[in-house]
Amino acid sequence: MRRDELALDVNGEACRVLARGADTLLEVLRGQLGLTGAKPGCENGDCGACTVIVDGAPIKSCMMLAQEAAGRRVRTVEGLAGTAAQQAFVERFAFQCGYCTSGFLMVAQALCEAHPGADEARMLEWLRSNICRCTGYEEIRAAVRDAVARAKAPAVQGTEPVASASRQG
Amino acid sequence: MDHAVYRKEAFEKVTGAARYVGDYETPGLHHAELITSPLPHARIRSVDVRAAVAVPGVRAILTGRESAILCGEVLEDRPPLARGRVRYCGEPVAVVVADCEAAAAEAAQAVRVDYEPLPPVRSVREALAEGAPRVHPDLGSYRIAQQPVAPRAGSNVADHAKVRRGHAPGALAKAEVVVEARYSLPQVDHAAMETRGVRCEILPDGRIELHTCSQAPFEVQKAIATYFRIGVGSVVVHTPLVGGGFGGKAPVQLEVIAVLCAQAIGGRPVKLINSREQDIAASPVGPGLEARVRLGATRAGRLVAAELEYWLDIGAYADSTPRVARAVASACTGPYRTDDVWCDVYCVYTNHTYGTAWRGFGHMPMTFAIERTMDKLAARVGKDPAELRRANLIGPGDRTPTQVELNRNLLGDLPKCLERARELVGWRGRGVRGEGEDRHVRGQGVACFWKTSSSPPNATSGALITLNADGSVNLAVGAVETGAGTKTTAALILAHRLDIPVEQVHLHMDVNTLVDPEHWKTVASMATYMVGQAVLDAAEDAVRQLKHMGGVVLKCSPEDLDVGRGRVFLKDDPDLYVDVKDVAHGYQYPDGDSVGGQVMGRGAYIMRHLTLLDPETGRGMPGPSWTVGAQAVEVELDTRDFTYRILKAVTVLDAGRVINPAVARGVVMGGMSMGLGYGSRECLMYGDGGELLSNQLRTYKVMRAGEEPEAYHVEFVETPQKNAPLGARPIGEHGVLGMPAALASALSAAAGVELDTVPLTPERIWRVVREAGR
Ligand code: FES
Repeated sequence: MRRDELALDVNGEACRVLARGADTLLEVLRGQLGLTGAKPGCENGDCGACTVIVDGAPIKSCMMLAQEAAGRRVRTVEGLAGTAAQQAFVERFAFQCGYCTSGFLMVAQALCEAHPGADEARMLEWLRSNICRCTGYEEIRAAVRDAVARAKAPAVQGTEPVASASRQG
Repeated sequence: MDHAVYRKEAFEKVTGAARYVGDYETPGLHHAELITSPLPHARIRSVDVRAAVAVPGVRAILTGRESAILCGEVLEDRPPLARGRVRYCGEPVAVVVADCEAAAAEAAQAVRVDYEPLPPVRSVREALAEGAPRVHPDLGSYRIAQQPVAPRAGSNVADHAKVRRGHAPGALAKAEVVVEARYSLPQVDHAAMETRGVRCEILPDGRIELHTCSQAPFEVQKAIATYFRIGVGSVVVHTPLVGGGFGGKAPVQLEVIAVLCAQAIGGRPVKLINSREQDIAASPVGPGLEARVRLGATRAGRLVAAELEYWLDIGAYADSTPRVARAVASACTGPYRTDDVWCDVYCVYTNHTYGTAWRGFGHMPMTFAIERTMDKLAARVGKDPAELRRANLIGPGDRTPTQVELNRNLLGDLPKCLERARELVGWRGRGVRGEGEDRHVRGQGVACFWKTSSSPPNATSGALITLNADGSVNLAVGAVETGAGTKTTAALILAHRLDIPVEQVHLHMDVNTLVDPEHWKTVASMATYMVGQAVLDAAEDAVRQLKHMGGVVLKCSPEDLDVGRGRVFLKDDPDLYVDVKDVAHGYQYPDGDSVGGQVMGRGAYIMRHLTLLDPETGRGMPGPSWTVGAQAVEVELDTRDFTYRILKAVTVLDAGRVINPAVARGVVMGGMSMGLGYGSRECLMYGDGGELLSNQLRTYKVMRAGEEPEAYHVEFVETPQKNAPLGARPIGEHGVLGMPAALASALSAAAGVELDTVPLTPERIWRVVREAGR
């Protein structure tokens, strides 16, 4: 099977991978770069567990060929350290098994960046791309609401403490 | 204990560091790919692998002919790869092993199977019809792996469980009011976001190493040892974090195929992961249910008798469904007082995907049948549905269908749950028209549930504690972390007993059967109960050792000492103490002389006083306690197009004692979401030819964000259970149990028709309304 060298920009680092024409971005991230945060859940775009951010937009990495990602900025959950979205997911107990979490986090992060302060309707529209089988979604929506609010806050009020949400259930 | 504690693995899960079974890739890891049947029932004439073998990178291709193994937790009726005939769409027929995923996939495409179609058994009704095709012509010859089970040779009945208490037919004949109803509920998929998968390697000494996303690594270990005829200790099973289970990862299936694959390539490592399509079609699902319910009551609505028939659509193989049948039998009336109860539960083979445990172990569809019939009874006797239930709730002093005399400790406080659920939903009875000329109608429904463990009477669990030199504690337990927070709860129980911050309890998220103490299965909501008991036992052991060492150091009797907050101290004079860290690894006197060694606590638990159900009467003790609760739903139905919104979903259950509130609430809400999914959209759909139509997440629809209730109300009543760790009752499955029934009742109220099946899509409601001529 022929494999071509591809140059990818993943989490701000230049990477070289060998990919077949048919390899998806998901397969290359997981199999060659060891970035297993993005998960296969259906591999046809239904569940969103494999969501990453490509040039600022949430993309289901099972639906994008690795070749298509060349020359674009790819971000995965491994590149999210210290974000408000992560903090909010922990504080809001927005996961159980955690298998869907990377995907939801990437949607949340992209939303925070594209639409800081997004309203409920937009939040919901974005979240409907992904499936969580464990939670009742209430917790995920609460976390994303927090993250989106925090994303907006600095522009309005300067600095805002990140880790202040209640630990009460 | 009353503040929420983050899961121990929380930060791994938000950074991508959490590893699941499919996340490991090493050079030399082979890939296996299943070839599955496109037909529900057929003879296999031949399998042509010539083209497939020629694909570069292919190392082996296996079919059912290469092994004589028959698998089954209760009844050994299932070959790991179909042998001679296929019995369901999706049944594994062959498996390709190749050096990479792409080659395996390509070769799998090239395998040609020649089938001779047989008439499919497409429903329970067809299975029981005179002259129906036999799904298992050899039913009489299968080995029974675990009693009790009662296969009926020459039929499609794999098992029959009975309850005979009093004389229900006689009591019904005399009853002032009798309601009878039938229900037909579809199979349900677990749809865990992580599909099932396994890795296997056979070491040069013959040891089999498995990595599997199982809820039951110790059961996998025993099953593999039995099937491959090696010692249990020569099978090592590892289970990392599991991406959701819901019962679907309790059975043993892919593990057997993976061992066959590894054997075929000289023991080298191989990985077999289900695609989503395979996970739905090939691996087991939750059984469907046909039910006939007859309830007898007085004119005032007091239940006097119940005659119940339940037929589980177990699909092509029995797996654990005979145990499901007994669980259903033991709870067959729902949590209501009835003196005369006859119940028959049958496991019926069809040419559907085979069934196994599914969250609630058969109780969700059973509860649907009972609760919908209670509504009909309420209508017949002219009572408010919630009031009718209240008046019939089972209570202390009453007996269960399997003749266990209940008390408050066993049962908890169901009246309080129902009362609170009514308050939370703002109970107004049934349908209420919207304001003015609005075409929106609101309806409410209520349901009660109960469930006990129905676990084997000898289920065990264990815990091992070792102390670190800084006084912190390592805890090893054999329960799997599937997302319910079991490991964190175990840590909390230990932290509570030792009176130390939970941060000082360390545990590993994976299970390794070689080093971790055995835990039966992470199912039946029993992990906290069983592990908790073992943890407390281990803590006692460690405390005893610490006191002994403390006595040596403080020159007093161990009885005079207590342990807490990192110290071993004198009860009478807590200022006289030695730090735990200074005795954790033995104690060193100032002159260098040392005594003792590392403190290690060991704890074990085995179920007590449970019994198997009597085959004729059902009499027996199926579990250590019942968890009870009440649920309610309010909907707003648009009477023009029959779309609806779920305004409120309520669960109030007696949790005994809530150990980690945010996690407990999350688990219950998740269950509610799943139950509402089954009530509103989920369905394994089969076509006229018996082919599975819904094998993807776009056709097998689960709840998405925005489809959840506008408000969840989850509350706990706390009636501590004696002998349970900290008094906590099992709660893991229960959120799901009454939700489909409560939803159907709410929609029935709003639509003014009886909606007696699921999923309740707008189209289905429209059809029922149209047929009713409304
Ligand atoms: S947390 Fe398990 S699927 Fe979302």
